[in-house]
Amino acid sequence: LLKCDGEGARAVPLAGHVGFDSMPDQLVNKSVNHGFCFNILCVGETGLGKSTLMDTLFNTKFEGEPTQHNQPGVQLKSNTYELQESNVRLKLTVVNTVGFGDQINKEDSYKSIVEFIDTQFEAYLQEELKIKRTLHSYHDTRIHACLYFIAPTGHSLKSLDLVTMKKLDSKVNIIPIIAKSDAISKSELTKFKIKITSELVSNGVQIYQFPTDDETVAEINSTMNGHLPFAVVGSTEEVKIGNKMVKARQYPWGTVQVENENHCDFVKLREMLIRVNMEDLREQTHTRHYELYRRCKLEEMGFKDTDPDCKPFSLQETYEAKRNEFMGDLQKKEEEMRQMFVQRVKEKEAELKEAEKELHEKFDRLKKLHQDEKKKLEDKKKSLDDELNGFKQKKTAAELLQSQAQQAGGSTTLKRDKERKK
Amino acid sequence: IKNLEGYVGFANLPNQVYRKSVKRGFEFTLMVVGESGLGKSTLINSLFLTDLYSKDYPGPSLRIKKTVQVEQSKVLVKEGGVQLTLTIVDTPGFGDAVDNSNCWQPVINYIDSKCEDFLNAESRVNRRLMPDNRVHCCLYFIAPSGHGLKPLDIEFMKRLHDKVNVIPLIAKADTLTPEECQLFKKQIMKEIQEHKIQIYEFPDIEDDEDSKLIRKIKERMPLAVVGSNVVIEVNGRKVRGRQYPWGVAEVENGEHCDFTVLRNMLIRTHMQDLKDVTNNVHYENYRSRKLAAVTCNGGVDTSKTKNQMTRSPLAQMEEERREHVMKMKKMETEMEQVFEMKVKEKKQKLKDSEAELERRHEQMKKNLEAQYKELEEKKRHHEEEKSNWEAQQRILEQQKLDASKTMEKNKKKGKIF
Repeated sequence: LLKCDGEGARAVPLAGHVGFDSMPDQLVNKSVNHGFCFNILCVGETGLGKSTLMDTLFNTKFEGEPTQHNQPGVQLKSNTYELQESNVRLKLTVVNTVGFGDQINKEDSYKSIVEFIDTQFEAYLQEELKIKRTLHSYHDTRIHACLYFIAPTGHSLKSLDLVTMKKLDSKVNIIPIIAKSDAISKSELTKFKIKITSELVSNGVQIYQFPTDDETVAEINSTMNGHLPFAVVGSTEEVKIGNKMVKARQYPWGTVQVENENHCDFVKLREMLIRVNMEDLREQTHTRHYELYRRCKLEEMGFKDTDPDCKPFSLQETYEAKRNEFMGDLQKKEEEMRQMFVQRVKEKEAELKEAEKELHEKFDRLKKLHQDEKKKLEDKKKSLDDELNGFKQKKTAAELLQSQAQQAGGSTTLKRDKERKK
Repeated sequence: IKNLEGYVGFANLPNQVYRKSVKRGFEFTLMVVGESGLGKSTLINSLFLTDLYSKDYPGPSLRIKKTVQVEQSKVLVKEGGVQLTLTIVDTPGFGDAVDNSNCWQPVINYIDSKCEDFLNAESRVNRRLMPDNRVHCCLYFIAPSGHGLKPLDIEFMKRLHDKVNVIPLIAKADTLTPEECQLFKKQIMKEIQEHKIQIYEFPDIEDDEDSKLIRKIKERMPLAVVGSNVVIEVNGRKVRGRQYPWGVAEVENGEHCDFTVLRNMLIRTHMQDLKDVTNNVHYENYRSRKLAAVTCNGGVDTSKTKNQMTRSPLAQMEEERREHVMKMKKMETEMEQVFEMKVKEKKQKLKDSEAELERRHEQMKKNLEAQYKELEEKKRHHEEEKSNWEAQQRILEQQKLDASKTMEKNKKKGKIF
C-alpha cells in the first residue's frame, strides 16, 4: 500500500551514475530469497476436471481421489505444495470445492465458499491487528485467484453459476473458464463465449480484468481480456505427435492437444494466470478485496476515521474510545441484570408474603370456628351441669322427704309398736 | 519441494515484481546528524551526484541556528528508468550549543512522529495508498579527532540505535593518516561494543561473491569518508576530490577513503534492506510499544499482558467480551441458585408452619370431640341414672301409695287406734 509519486519533491538532475537503479533488483532478490506464495480456488461442479486442470497447469500430479457426487454439502479442501522452477520457490495452495452443484437444493452452495474466503481475510486481519505481529513471515492464505469452471453446455450460464459468481465478485478475482471444452465445436464455442460474457455483464458480475495500465503488458493483456472466458482442456496423458510427446486427449476422430492454441485456450490461461499476471492477482487481492473486507469489518465493529466533530482520530483515541464504549456497555448489561434480579426477588417476596398472609387468615378463621365450637360445648356442658344439679337437688329433696317420711312413719310405727307393747 | 517437469511459468514472477516496482517508483529517507562543519551537505551531494544543497536551496551549514532543528528536503531523481523520491533530513544546530543536553530529543521526536504518521495511516478504516516517510537510515558524523568517541556521540547513538538504522561515519577523513585512521576506527568500535550500541550491520545478501566483499567491508567500519563537489583533473582523469598543495584527496579512491564503500553499500546493495529493517524491526517496535500502552493499561508486565500482546486488540476485545459473558452467566447462575434456595427455604417454612397449625387445629378438634364424647357419656349416664331413679321413685311412690292404701284399709277395719 505504499505509494511513491514524488509528491512535493523537486526533480534534480544527476551528474553521474549513482546506482539506485539497482533498487528493483535488490527488491527482487529479497523476494526470491523469501519465496512466493499463491493460492488458487477452483469452483465448479463435480466432474468438470478441476483437479486435472491444476495438474496440467502446474505440470505435476497433485494428491487426491476423484470425488463422488453424493456429498451432503459444499466443502472446501485445500492442499499446499512447495514447487520450484529455476531459482524461484512457490508455495502453492489449491483449494477445491467438493460437492459443488451436487445437491438438489443449491441455495446455500455459495455460502461455504464465501465463508472460506472470509476466514482467510479474517486470519490476516487478526495478524495485522496484533500488538506483536510478524507480518513479514506470515503465511498468506488469502485466495488470489478463483477459477470458475463453467459446464460446457454450449448454451448459457446456469443460474447457480450466476448466483455464485455474483456473491464472489467483490471478494476474489474471478477468472471464468469453460471446462472440458473439447466437447464444444469452434462455432458453438464463439456463440457460447458471447452468451456468457453478455450474461455476466447484464447481471453485473465483475470478473477479473487483466491489467492494462503498464505499457509493457498492456497490449497482451488487453487482447486476452477479449478471449475470456478461456475454453480449456486438461490432460496429464501424453501422446506422441510427430516426434514429440505432448499433453493430449486421444479420441477416435483425432487428438486434442492441450498446448495447441488452435485446439483450446489452455496456453492463454497459463500465460495470463501464471506467467504475466500472478503478481497482479496477489496485489489486487491485497489492495482491493482485502481492504474492502477490512473496512467492512472495522465499520461493523463501530470504528470510524473521524470523531463526531470530524476531527481525525488517532489510533489510540480510536481504540480507547472503542474500548470505553465497550466496557461501558458491559457494565450497563451487568447492572441491568442485577436490577432485573432485584426486581424478581421483590416480586417473589411479595408473593410469598401474600401466601403467608392467606395462611394466617385461614388459621384465624379456623381458630374462630374452634372458639365457637368450644363455646357451644361449654354451653352444653353448662346446661348439662345445671340439669345434673337440678336432678341432684330433686333427688336430695326427694330423699330427704323420704327419710323424713320414713322417720315419721318409722317413729309412728315405733310409737305404735311402743304403744302396743305397753 | 517438487521440481517441475516441463514449463509452468512462475519463474517469471521475479520479472513481474520487477516491472511493478519500477512502475511504482521508490522512496528513501536519509537522515544526517552531526556537528556543523563536518561536511554533511558535501557528502550528500557527493553520494547522490547532485546539488541537493545549492545557492537556491542552501544547506544547513549556511544557516545559523540557535536550537536544534529538524529539516527535510525532498528531491526526485531518475536513473536507468528507475524513479527515486529521496528525502534528506537535516539536523542543523546539533551539538553546536554550549549545553547540548537533550539535543537528540528533536531527532527522536522527528523519527517517532514519522512512525506515528505511518501508524495512523495504517490504522485508518479507509486506507489509501500511504507514502512512507519513515527514516530509513541515519548517518552519524563523528569528528576526526583521532582519539575516540565524544560523550555526545555515545549518548546520541545509545538513544537512537533502537529507533533507526544508525551508520556512524568518520567525517573529513582526509585529516587522518591511514595509521591514525585505523587506530581511530578500532577505538570507536571498541567503545561502541562497550556501550552495547547496535549500529546497522550490513547483513549478508545471499550471493557468495558479495558476502566475501561484505565481510571485508565490515572490517573497515566505521567508514571514514571524504566528500567533494569539485571535479579535479588528476593524471588525465577527471575525479571528484579535494585539492591540497601536497596532492589531491580523491573521493572515490578506495585507498584514500571509504566513500565508495559507503555509496555502494548504502545505495547499490543495501538500500532495500535498510527499508526492510526499518519496517520490520524499528517500526514494529514503535508500534507495539505504542499499542501496548493503549490497550494494556500502561503495559504492566503480567502474564495477561503477554497474552494480550500476541493478539489483535479486536480479538482482545472479543476475548474480554466472552469473559464478561461467562462472568455474567456465572453470576446469573449463582444468583439464581441463591434465589431458588431462599424461595425453597421460605416455602418450606410456610409449609411447616401450615402443617404445625393444622396439627394443632386437629388436636384441638380432637380434644373438643373427646370432650363432646365425654359430655355425651355423662349425659347418657345421667339420663340412665335419672331414669333409674325415676323408676325407683315411681316404685317407691307406688309402694307408698300401696302402703297408705293398706293403712287406710286397716284404719277402716279399726284395727289401728
